Amino acid sequence: MSAPNSAYPDTPEAQPEKPKRHEWPLWEIFIRGQHGMSHRHVGSLHAADAEMAIKNARDVYTRRNEGVSIWAVQASHIAASSPSHKGPLYEPSESKVYRHPTFFDIPDEVGAM
Amino acid sequence: MYAQMVKSTGQGVKSLDDMEPQERAFQERIDAGDKIEPKDWMPDGYRKTLIRQIGQHGHSEIVGQLPEGNWITRAPTLERKAILLAKVQDEAGHGLYLYCAAETLGVSRDELTEDLLSGKMKYSSIFNYPTLTWADMGAVGWLVDGAAIMNQVPLQRTSYGPYARAMVRICKEESFHQRQGYDIMMKMARGTPAQKRMAQDALNRFWYPSLMMFGPSDKDSVHSAQSMAWKIKMNTNDELRQKFVDQTVPQAEYLGLTVPDETLQWNEGKGGYDFAEPDWSEFFDVIKGNGPCNRERLAARNKAWDDGKWVRDGLLAHAEKRASKKVAAE
Ligand SMILES: [Fe+2]
Ligand SMILES: [Fe+2]
Ligand SMILES: [Fe+2]
Repeated sequence: MSAPNSAYPDTPEAQPEKPKRHEWPLWEIFIRGQHGMSHRHVGSLHAADAEMAIKNARDVYTRRNEGVSIWAVQASHIAASSPSHKGPLYEPSESKVYRHPTFFDIPDEVGAM
Repeated sequence: MYAQMVKSTGQGVKSLDDMEPQERAFQERIDAGDKIEPKDWMPDGYRKTLIRQIGQHGHSEIVGQLPEGNWITRAPTLERKAILLAKVQDEAGHGLYLYCAAETLGVSRDELTEDLLSGKMKYSSIFNYPTLTWADMGAVGWLVDGAAIMNQVPLQRTSYGPYARAMVRICKEESFHQRQGYDIMMKMARGTPAQKRMAQDALNRFWYPSLMMFGPSDKDSVHSAQSMAWKIKMNTNDELRQKFVDQTVPQAEYLGLTVPDETLQWNEGKGGYDFAEPDWSEFFDVIKGNGPCNRERLAARNKAWDDGKWVRDGLLAHAEKRASKKVAAE
């Protein structure tokens, strides 16, 4: 299995053996909405540097009040899990139902808990 | 549609039993409604067909800015100008979402751009028609964006995750586009006799090119059958064209305009309109590069790319210099 690498394994940036084209790097954009609890991935764009990435993200991803805060991360800096590891990574939590509070029966007399 | 006549593998659709285990597992995931994500295994044909389709779709959004951009400086009021500007800006965004989706498949942005500029990759035939009057801004929003919506709404359920997500985002913005176009048409159709004539003339010129957007009938096409099995095409071209006509004819009637088709007739039996096919020889001619504006459109894109080179290079050089200075200081 390939080691964790860029979120998109086939992008030129993730293939160092391919001759690099002189292209503005790819940035992944995360935005937190007005009432959002956390930043969410909204898409990507190309920019020469972080400052431009944020300016472009404002133009592309917040044209209709979608957000109040922008994060830009260069795509090549994102490590991603591999889909073929889905089983071994997430199955262990399926058998551990006791991690959920509803596993335990608490008598009504005890009150709210 | 925005992606017309995309070729897939050219072979018929394989049955599950004819597939190697990996491909079979892939097809079963699609049949079950799973999304395919960039890091997942996928057949070469799926990847290549998607790059072609999403790329062509993205190119259509980008080149599609030109016929409307043509009227930004001449919009009749400041409000109309601001609205048109916002609409055209949205289309730039649509192109970007789609290019990003294509890039997750292993093609670079510059490769896509260069293939558009050289004419190797296509964009929708519709954008090779000129926008001659202000009423054309109405007709484009109403008919062209209307036809695009027909195609894009079902694509929100397409099997490739990044493409589906780009479609969701795009669809949210498209209804503004169609409504602003129809709003222009209403104003014109209820205006002076001269304005009404302009509205009718715009409908006359854009009706058949809009029907062509869905592409020729593909009910017997092996490419379409494969794309439908992969769920990167959700309906046949004829289905979508029929839906578009059924939706649009009453809207034209409301405007008091006449659809330029003498054979147009409600067919109770099929619950839809019978209508005349566009001239497909004209369509193939436009696709080949001989439409009224093909040369102008490609020349405009090439000029923008060439004129912008020093900016792209300069900003990159500046960013690299600053980054290396920062490394040196650390
Ligand atoms: Fe669009
Ligand atoms: Fe459009
Ligand atoms: Fe649009």
